[in-house]
Amino acid sequence: MTHPDATPTTPDAAPTTPDAAPTTPAPDGTPTDGVTPAPRDPLGTGTTPAHLPPDALRTALAERLTPAARTWLDHALDEAATHPGTHGPIAVWELRLAEAGRRCGPDHADAARVLILHAARADADALTRAYQQGTADERRAVLHALPHLVPGPGALPLVEDALRTNDTRLVAAAVGPYAARHLDAHSWRHALLKCLFTGVPVDHAADLARRARADTELARMLTDYAAERTAAGRTVPEDLHRVLALTESGTAASGPAAPHAEES
Amino acid sequence: MRIFDPHIHMTSRTTDDYEALHAAGVRAVVEPSFWLGQPRTSPDSFRDYFDALLGWEPFRAAQYGIAHHCTIALNPKEANDPRCTPVLDELPRYLVKDRVVAVGEIGYDSMTPAEDTALAAQLQLAADHGLPALVHTPHRDKLAGLRRTLDVVRESALPTDRVLVDHLNETTVKEAKDSGAWLGFSVYPDTKMDEVRMVALLRAHGPERVLVNSAADWGRSDPLTPRKVGDLMLAEGFTEDDVDRVLWRNPIDFYGLSGRLTLDPAGTGEATHEGNSILRGGE
Repeated sequence: MTHPDATPTTPDAAPTTPDAAPTTPAPDGTPTDGVTPAPRDPLGTGTTPAHLPPDALRTALAERLTPAARTWLDHALDEAATHPGTHGPIAVWELRLAEAGRRCGPDHADAARVLILHAARADADALTRAYQQGTADERRAVLHALPHLVPGPGALPLVEDALRTNDTRLVAAAVGPYAARHLDAHSWRHALLKCLFTGVPVDHAADLARRARADTELARMLTDYAAERTAAGRTVPEDLHRVLALTESGTAASGPAAPHAEES
Repeated sequence: MRIFDPHIHMTSRTTDDYEALHAAGVRAVVEPSFWLGQPRTSPDSFRDYFDALLGWEPFRAAQYGIAHHCTIALNPKEANDPRCTPVLDELPRYLVKDRVVAVGEIGYDSMTPAEDTALAAQLQLAADHGLPALVHTPHRDKLAGLRRTLDVVRESALPTDRVLVDHLNETTVKEAKDSGAWLGFSVYPDTKMDEVRMVALLRAHGPERVLVNSAADWGRSDPLTPRKVGDLMLAEGFTEDDVDRVLWRNPIDFYGLSGRLTLDPAGTGEATHEGNSILRGGE
């Protein structure tokens, strides 16, 4: 099980407190100057569940779950492996997907859900149903599961849906390895710009250096955005300068990566 | 003063209100499914609404350090519209979701046979899913509506002590209390309770099983009325413990019956470790 796209995100997660400055973007999508939360890292692995191969994810998660939660997850994964598919109004693995948060705790729900989807061998159709019928938390888990389960671009509509939302947790999950691999250049540039707009740290964007390299159109968009911020008397996000620097080196590779084999 | 508003329709409020709620001490809310002021015409509108209650609203709330939960149901008013009732068949897949802490708002609006059917069916759904129920009492013919509601509850599979009867007032509090149900009071300008009458009721009937909410929605309402009740309780000689019981611990005890209450704002992972922030009431 190889994972050529594993680009660890910053491991020093700095959770905000309940009293932290708000970061909700305005309805018109204009940026806020609030605190931008760093990528979360409840597994202590320096990655999200999208980056970690499922075997390693299961090991890391098992070490952190309570005995009751671990027993529940083991049973849920066995059920999902035995009864995959989307027969009937709701499959047993879809029920387990729904209740994973209260069984495993909010910090470990993403990882547990990715493992359940993987155990159920959910394909693009099953993942689409799980996304469309899911809560925001379930949708985030589906986005994290895409690189493990969908070899081609068939699940891109889910990424595009998430990128249309103003829920920064979904936006952050949408720019993971699956988007890095399959999103076309125009959509990827807009996704990155949306991260800057909504305060999603660009560390969430997988394969950032490769996709930004020598991308002159991205550089133009970033420069224009910086000018607009400056003209309005607003600060320019530090992340913008980081990405701009990445565009200024090497030769272009701004399109999707070459198709990868299914990884797991 | 820490406040849990057990009944507020945040989907009708602006993000400014979340900021004001946090400043007033609100750290948790429950948003019951209800009518939108404009009639829905198909189950699809319900699906979009439920998705917002399970996605966008918890996200908005979390930005202001507020834990958002919801209750899911077909409301009494639209239970009379055959274009809407098919949504009853879709409720089970929502009732298994995290952060769904009750079936509600169910109950009576005009006390029709269609409302009888929807109420009984949804009390059964609550029993089947291990959830308590939030039952709205009607605006018109309230005392008769309360009696008929309690009769249906007694005939259902759901024990009365897993039912919160809401929008109570001076004329309905005694029978509701005698039934063993939890007691909800909406402090809402003009049409429901006000702060002064609420504190008088608390003095007469005590704080046991009493929940105070704003029921703030798209109407001329005030999301900060629970705070005003707390302030008036203190001014009138109630202890801080009494206030905490009514405005914080009673809502947790009732919705904790679901086993799904998480006082960590959605998805932020804040202030949690080893699941300690998860309140598993009833387990």
